[in-house]
Amino acid sequence: MYSWIWRTLPGGLPGKLAGSFLLIAAISALLLFIVFPWIEPSLPFNDITVE
Amino acid sequence: MRTDRTREAGREVSDLDRPIWEEQSAFDERDTADIERVGYPDFGDDPSLPVQPPVSRSGRHQAPPKPPHRSRHAEQESAGLAQAEMDPDADPPMQALARVPRQDRTRPRGRGDLVRTGIRGLGQMLITGGLVVLLFVVYELLVTDLVTDQRQEELTDELVQNWEDDPTLGPDLPGGGLSEIPMGEGFAFIRIPALGTDYVRVIVQGTTSGALQQGPGHYVESAMPGELGNFSLAGHRTGKGSPFIDLDVLRPGDAVVIETMDTYFTYRVLGDPATGNFGADPSGIPGQEIVSPQDVEAVFPIPGVNDASVAPTDAYLTLTTCHPKFSNQQRLIIHAVLEGPGLSKADYPDGPPAMTEA
Repeated sequence: MYSWIWRTLPGGLPGKLAGSFLLIAAISALLLFIVFPWIEPSLPFNDITVE
Repeated sequence: MRTDRTREAGREVSDLDRPIWEEQSAFDERDTADIERVGYPDFGDDPSLPVQPPVSRSGRHQAPPKPPHRSRHAEQESAGLAQAEMDPDADPPMQALARVPRQDRTRPRGRGDLVRTGIRGLGQMLITGGLVVLLFVVYELLVTDLVTDQRQEELTDELVQNWEDDPTLGPDLPGGGLSEIPMGEGFAFIRIPALGTDYVRVIVQGTTSGALQQGPGHYVESAMPGELGNFSLAGHRTGKGSPFIDLDVLRPGDAVVIETMDTYFTYRVLGDPATGNFGADPSGIPGQEIVSPQDVEAVFPIPGVNDASVAPTDAYLTLTTCHPKFSNQQRLIIHAVLEGPGLSKADYPDGPPAMTEA
């Protein structure tokens, strides 16, 4: 998977490095700001009330 | 098909940055040449066989997005080979060791490659999963703090603005003058001088996860500040601004100040301030307790008394949060009782005395 991404990225070594960085940043942002906030309420360890 | 592979392999190598990866390139070319020489007699061009051509192998070799790693590995390996091949005086065991991968490469490939590819793919998935989980921890502990801090600032502005705009939101009527507060809206400040004179959070209405994401939340059914009964709050221990992370350092007698539109209410943690014994209060209510998540008696009008027919005669404050830290196995509960009447904010422009005693 990673080797395929690396081979697919264009632009020689600098382009590949820049592309990798962009990919990592984009996926991290997607996870941090969309996926995690969305999935979080269904996870158990945020229950802090007595009920 | 073979030609395609070879051409692709050639392109792969030429993609490399020659000055840096020179040794690796030479290695790969030799690698490819070995395989080309041996060929794939066993599989021919049977398309049903999942043959991994040298392209894939060398391409995968070149693939990791961490060039220094690969470079060092390649240098070591080719250095080892070079030494074994060029130095006839080298230790025989060393020679043997160095030759192993070479013999390995010339072995016909088949099901082993499929398995190897599968295991490699599985390994990559597991590593990726681990990274995602790590990122989630970062999110829980750091990113939620940023979001909550931002929200707390907005809530503070909104609350101060509301108090200035609309006096009817106010006065702290015993009997629930504030009970119509919309869920998630801020309606009071909590200050705990023992956690720092700058410790202040906006209390929001409700204990839904959405409300608690913004700050300490008020159990809707519980009393309001200053009322007889039990003004109960829940707050996150870790993450989401960690409003109640240090509740365990509170000692008997420590002040918890609730600021409403026009009044400061000072609550004192129950127990004996002299000995630090939480259980010493005559009411029998402990200043601190650790309970199971099902123990709702903690937020009853008289904490711990499960009897609706007994009317509360004191104004209590209860803070609930997770225990231990990073877990939700139990709940850490702090009980406090109102000290004297509420103090008019007009009379104490610099804050109540409890704020400066610590």
